[in-house]
Amino acid sequence: MLYTLLCYHQEDVVCAWTKEEDDAVMERLAVVQERLARAGKLGPVARLLPTTAATTLRKDQDPPLVLDGPFAETKEQLLGFYILDCENLEEALGIARELGAANPGGSYEIRPVGLFHDGGARP
Amino acid sequence: MDEARWIGTTLAAARPQAVAALLRYFRDLDLAEEAFQEACLRALKTWPQNGPPRDASAWLIFVGRNVALDTVRRRAKQTALPPEEALSDTEDAEAAIAERMDGAHYRDDVLRLLFICCHPELPATQQIALALRIVSGLSVGQIARAFLVSEAAMEQRITRAKARIARAQSGEDGVPFEAPGPVERAERLGVVAAMIYLVFNEGYSAAGDASNAREALTEEAIRLARLLLRLFQAEPEIMGLTALMLLQQARAEARFDRDGAVILLDNQDRALWNRAMISEGLALLDKAVRHRQPGPYQVQAAIAALHARAARPEDTDWAQIDLLYGTLEIMQPSPVITLNRAVAIAKLRGPEAALAMVDPLGDRLSGYFHYHGVRGALLMQLGRTREAREGFMTAISLATTAAEAAHIRSHLDGLT
Repeated sequence: MLYTLLCYHQEDVVCAWTKEEDDAVMERLAVVQERLARAGKLGPVARLLPTTAATTLRKDQDPPLVLDGPFAETKEQLLGFYILDCENLEEALGIARELGAANPGGSYEIRPVGLFHDGGARP
Repeated sequence: MDEARWIGTTLAAARPQAVAALLRYFRDLDLAEEAFQEACLRALKTWPQNGPPRDASAWLIFVGRNVALDTVRRRAKQTALPPEEALSDTEDAEAAIAERMDGAHYRDDVLRLLFICCHPELPATQQIALALRIVSGLSVGQIARAFLVSEAAMEQRITRAKARIARAQSGEDGVPFEAPGPVERAERLGVVAAMIYLVFNEGYSAAGDASNAREALTEEAIRLARLLLRLFQAEPEIMGLTALMLLQQARAEARFDRDGAVILLDNQDRALWNRAMISEGLALLDKAVRHRQPGPYQVQAAIAALHARAARPEDTDWAQIDLLYGTLEIMQPSPVITLNRAVAIAKLRGPEAALAMVDPLGDRLSGYFHYHGVRGALLMQLGRTREAREGFMTAISLATTAAEAAHIRSHLDGLT
């Protein structure tokens, strides 16, 4: 069984870390990740850019509505995610619209990935 | 991260919202600041025991408000403080207050706080000092070091600025505490954005000089811009400003050599550029452009993005940069922009064409370091050594940092 670990934290606090503090956290994480990768247990890892870089496509209406900022409603739950390789936001929004047409309702939050490595574990 | 450090970061992050809300309650900058300080002291005492609150800002606002109300009451008629436990047990009240204070409230509070620091009667340096003290919570010592003045002088400067604002706020021209209308809000955003960019440039232009204290200003400016952007998510110029600062700051590691002399863009080691900042800057610009409401920050960010996207200097799209400078000249006519455009023209059409653009600016830019630096470099490329030397000598006499002077000196050494 593959499990997803979703990382939540207070953004304004994390953004206030100094470079040294951030580096120290990333180093400590790397030690754990390294061990998991060796055991073949690590899948893709992504660190997302701040929510200020996010755009949300609300697909509960036709045509879907593009909003600046992260997904904010709480009555909907996170049910899955995609990782896409796109030239720019316009392309990512295009794909989101296409997916949205196949599965209307809810929203997609489109957030650039800051850091990515493909852990290597496969189901 | 140890507990004390974690609490410190949380308090710093909560500060703008908390001070801004307390200012709305009390309409007095000093009282709002005192209340926040007192709330922080209580947090240091109670958080390690009771654990951190769910919403640190709301906790600080609630506790700060009670403390300050009490101060006001005590000043009026010597009444006793409520017992410590009454203040610590704020979970229910805190939840209620958090619900009442939705995002819209916070956002106009923070904007108002920043805007009050930008009072037009205050010179730019005082606006910056005040914002760094009140909004960012930097100590007077830290700000003094950033401005290369004594702590006493900075203390005095901030006290004067606060007094001036208190006077203005009590008069008819004071910034009102009601929620602003859309036009007013847009105006405030513009003024505050300009102040944030001033903070950034104060740090950026001084980087490389031994004082790291000034470099902290660039990070603080980016933090303030991100804060504004979280509050006003659909403002393309705020996206542009944040992108611009991130794209410029991404080059920080590559801008100076070991001796502290400036390294120009063409000669920088691009491997030293900060990729995460560049990605964030490009993503924000991408978002901004979708709005089709171009503005000066977006255009400048677009220029910085073209540099950031070029893997090697020769890959730079100078024609596009020239076009963008042309747009910027129309938006904000300024000889400094024309001077920058001339650098792009030199790449596209050679030094002669660029010099023809630069020479007419002499009247207005004769006291500007970069004018003489750019002109000297163009003359040098054209083999007009004697005039180039004169230009460089003038530039050195106008340099404001050791790094600028060292850079020009290296040109002079290269002249035969």
